[in-house]
Amino acid sequence: MTTADFAVISDRAIMFAGIIYALALLAHLLEWAGSLSRPAQAARVVVTTAVTTGAPAGGATALEPPPPAGEDQRALRVETAGRVGVALTAVAAALHLTGVVTRAFASDPVRVPWGNMYEFTIAGALGVSVIYLALLRRLRLRWMGLFVTAFEVVVLMAANLLLEQAAGPLVPALHSYWLAVHVGAAVLATGAFSVGALASTAYLLRGPLERRGGAVAEMLPSRDALDRLAYRVHAVGFPLWTFAALIAGPIWAEYAWGSYWNWDPKEVWAFITWVVYAAYLHARATAGWRGRTAAIIALVAFATLLFNFVGINFFFGATSQHSYAGG
Amino acid sequence: MTDTALDTSAGLESPRDGSPDVSREAPPPLGPRELVRWAWRQLTSMRTALLLLLLLALAAIPGSVVPQRDVDSLAVSRWRADHPTLTPVYERLGLFSVYDSAWFSAVYLLLMVSLVGCIVPRTAVYWRALRAAPPRAPKNLRRLPAYSTFWTDAEPDAVRAQARALLRGRHYRVARDDPDGQPDAVSAERGHLREAGNLLFHISVIVVLVGFAYGQLLGYKGGAIVMVGRGFSNTLSQYDDFNPGSLFDPDGLAPVSFDVKDFDVRFLRSGPQAGQPVDFAADLAYREDPASPERDYRLKVNEPLQLDGVSVFLVGHGYAPVMTVTDGDGNVTKGPVVFLPQDASFASFGVLKVPDGSPEQLGFEGMFYPTYASTGQDPYSAFPDALRPVVSLFGYYGDLGMDDGAPQSVYELDTSGLTRFERAPGNPVRFDLEPGETIALPDGKGSIRFDGYRRWVKLQVSDTPGKGLALSGMVLGLLGLMASLFVRRRRAWVRVTRQDDHTLVEVAGLDRSTAAEGLDDEVRRLAEALGAPALTDTTSSSRRATP
Repeated sequence: MTTADFAVISDRAIMFAGIIYALALLAHLLEWAGSLSRPAQAARVVVTTAVTTGAPAGGATALEPPPPAGEDQRALRVETAGRVGVALTAVAAALHLTGVVTRAFASDPVRVPWGNMYEFTIAGALGVSVIYLALLRRLRLRWMGLFVTAFEVVVLMAANLLLEQAAGPLVPALHSYWLAVHVGAAVLATGAFSVGALASTAYLLRGPLERRGGAVAEMLPSRDALDRLAYRVHAVGFPLWTFAALIAGPIWAEYAWGSYWNWDPKEVWAFITWVVYAAYLHARATAGWRGRTAAIIALVAFATLLFNFVGINFFFGATSQHSYAGG
Repeated sequence: MTDTALDTSAGLESPRDGSPDVSREAPPPLGPRELVRWAWRQLTSMRTALLLLLLLALAAIPGSVVPQRDVDSLAVSRWRADHPTLTPVYERLGLFSVYDSAWFSAVYLLLMVSLVGCIVPRTAVYWRALRAAPPRAPKNLRRLPAYSTFWTDAEPDAVRAQARALLRGRHYRVARDDPDGQPDAVSAERGHLREAGNLLFHISVIVVLVGFAYGQLLGYKGGAIVMVGRGFSNTLSQYDDFNPGSLFDPDGLAPVSFDVKDFDVRFLRSGPQAGQPVDFAADLAYREDPASPERDYRLKVNEPLQLDGVSVFLVGHGYAPVMTVTDGDGNVTKGPVVFLPQDASFASFGVLKVPDGSPEQLGFEGMFYPTYASTGQDPYSAFPDALRPVVSLFGYYGDLGMDDGAPQSVYELDTSGLTRFERAPGNPVRFDLEPGETIALPDGKGSIRFDGYRRWVKLQVSDTPGKGLALSGMVLGLLGLMASLFVRRRRAWVRVTRQDDHTLVEVAGLDRSTAAEGLDDEVRRLAEALGAPALTDTTSSSRRATP
């Protein structure tokens, strides 16, 4: 097969991955819609009985009528929709992986498939799917399916429409195995931080949703579980980012540019991201900052990461020595 | 600053329910008042440190938006020219040099003080904790987050001995046998590396900063454009730009010298990325000092020449058209002129000055197109390689303004004292020359000839002492960070009591790390290893075991 064949396979695989992620998203939407209609009904029953009998809340449960006949079937439908969503996500992730791997073979000589912004986006998004699928059972991440698939659909679409770039060899500045190490670690860290940001967002939304009494809150794990999950994922992303931005990056910069730290806009923002995530880890262990404030800091850190990727590449990249990252 | 950074101790240290059982555990080394004061001080300094961290992130932003003198001095002067009113304000705020401005330094120095103020007492605390025995078992183990119990017929002493061996095998530190204090229980603790990692990480931050500052103060970085075929020796006069650290001694420049013997560049000729460079490399012949033998080195972008005390990097390349100018009196000036590439197509801008020209000085400015192409009036370069090189210049005569002694950039033509060669007012003559072509200047003012082109390379020569220190600090810091994030601090207790003819074994555990999971499993496995029947979950086990 020629490089052009691989390029076509890669593009097709990414396209189909996007379509299947969209189907998975649909399945998860059905899952949510199905389960949202049920607890809301149950809640209403409890409230009315409690009011009419004047019994304490504990007693109200006992007065609740047995679930209607269709309830089991509905629960089954919800469960099936969720499972179908996960299965489709796995298929999409496999195609996604194929797309990333074949992209490596789409240039001569073969190279790592993260040599420009399009490829970085695709690889980082793959990281999110893989982390989600790998931790699905251990950390009970089923609730995240809706958000992960929505994220994948949006990101793959944006990559395809805005960043698409034909496969080809690298500019000489990237001829180094540090590309594999430095950018590879950054891809992984970005994937972990994206999952962390999802968990932190869910954490922040959980409270208000719960107060409004919506059934949406019950679809999410408890606030404690979300906080723990966010911390664990961030705790994996942070050392990866430390390595990518503050060890591998400077070593490569020393080889390529003659100075390991140049206050290049990309470096500055990588440093800012690092500092804000460090603040998150500290905030989580500080009374008064724990919880809400810490989660907000994590999201601010994620925003700096995104700004570094989008803002610096597109708007402030003129002076950046990382300019090839955009092109 | 890191009282409980990366590590919240849950349970014992901060009893939420205030139960006497729990607070009796881990007797504080200080009285309650000092303890409160100590906790308060730690808490406030941590909060301050957090604010300082966020402030540091905020303070770093302007330097990525406003051009920085140390990064790109050309961009700074361009910016100043474009914003005459803002420039004095920015100047006062140090915005052109954020990272050594007073306010940026203030933030990170305060952070460093806070860091040291945290590391020192915490190291002492850690040192004591390291030597202290694992705390005694709480009276009521059942209150701990993970608990398991079962009956056995084994002798209590045997079970305790077995528990000790088991816990040691699982990398716990086990308290010595203590017949007076707690005759019936075994205490164990693990995960001291977590705090060690935490301390190591924070110490490393300081090491990295020291290494970085050392390099900034004592190092230097200079750039030089060297024509292919010519040489360079490491003295100040040979640099086009030179950025020394504030404590750098110019006599300390390594006495290296080299010739750029050859330069290769290849561009992609076809495909979607046509015009992108495939590879470029310069062949050097260098001497570490005048006495040492000459050696060869092939310099590439990611493959610098690294010698003792100096490194040479290939950072760019470009064209130098070789021009011959004959003035009105017949004097000939000849030589390659460096043109600076303006874009990826290597359309390059340059200036040619003939200060010795008579009767009048001559000057030219314009473009070099390696692959000349033109749509209508505007020429451009269609490809970065020199496939059809053309020089396209405007000419001037008069006073170049070089005689008053003020330094002038070789890339700029001061046209204030010059007159442009024009066919008619407002219609300048453009001299488009192919290699070997000569064009006569109007009015018998001489001629200009494009002989051909040479290439030049932009080299960066620098020395950054202390980089080994910074790197080792960073690597140690990462190891410490990982230990502080992933090592689990855990305490475990096994209490064995004889009741009637049977032995009651209780196993309990406590996690002292944030977000650690699997404590229940750990306690269940310990219980099973001590002879408990296989259980499915610890809470039900406690009910089942109640006699």
